[in-house]
Amino acid sequence: MIISTIAFYLFAAMTIASAFMVISAKNPVHSVLYLILAFFNSAALFVLLGAEFIAMILIVVYVGAVAVLFLFVVMMLDINFAELRQGFLQYLPIGGLIGLILLIELILVVSGWALSPEAIQVGSQAAPLMTDLTNTEQIGQVIYTDYAYLFQIAGMILLVAMIGAIVLTNRSRPGVRKQNIARQVYRRPEESMAVRKVEPGQGV
Amino acid sequence: MEIGLAHYLTVSAILLTLGIFGIFLNRKNVIVILMSIELMLLAVNINLVAFSAYLGNLVGQVFALFILTVAAGEAAIGLAILVVYFRNRGTIAVEDIHHMKG
Repeated sequence: MIISTIAFYLFAAMTIASAFMVISAKNPVHSVLYLILAFFNSAALFVLLGAEFIAMILIVVYVGAVAVLFLFVVMMLDINFAELRQGFLQYLPIGGLIGLILLIELILVVSGWALSPEAIQVGSQAAPLMTDLTNTEQIGQVIYTDYAYLFQIAGMILLVAMIGAIVLTNRSRPGVRKQNIARQVYRRPEESMAVRKVEPGQGV
Repeated sequence: MEIGLAHYLTVSAILLTLGIFGIFLNRKNVIVILMSIELMLLAVNINLVAFSAYLGNLVGQVFALFILTVAAGEAAIGLAILVVYFRNRGTIAVEDIHHMKG
């Protein structure tokens, strides 16, 4: 019990500290690395909650794909980041004020909030946790049956995002030699070869 | 001390606030703004999974999965737009992005 409490506070503190470093680091590469740290620590929080599948998916999707994509873009674009940081302190008061107001509102909501017992009963009727199965098995039993359409839509969203990203970034540059397989296949010997008789002692 | 639902909700509230704060703080840098949006989506996911665990209901985790999908797609499209914009204009400063202004 005490170990899980200590683990929660450790992972929560690390998550918040690295999230703070994401928004305040000078170098965007450091921001991305702190973002990866935040994702790892929140995955650990998910494991503490008993949601192992979401935790592992978070690591695979966010750390393995999204954060690496961010890192790639930050390193690929040749940007003067020091120039972009000018006016950092100019926006600090208004941003801090808005953040503080929002945080106070959220704390008021969290502290003055209670769950009625009927709500728990209504909520757990939809897809109750089955304690005899692992978390991954439970999600698998639900996601392909009750939520099959949503699962398909998620796949469609990923497909559209993939096609969109390819269409956006693909460009045809002039002057680039590319392989045209159809042309290679349809080439005839007559149009690509010429037999010459070369006399000895003379050039072609 | 028992770790309850309110602890997780507090963590997610702080994360969401940091995300919004980051958008205001880095108003010129689109990449950090996109990272702040990822932080806010992470806060939402923590919220959903915490409710799912404490209410004994799996729907929250399924929903978190879909939010993860949308976040991944959004990051891919956003960064693709950023790369194309940088290729055309040579800058990603937010205040220079006003071409669509009527």
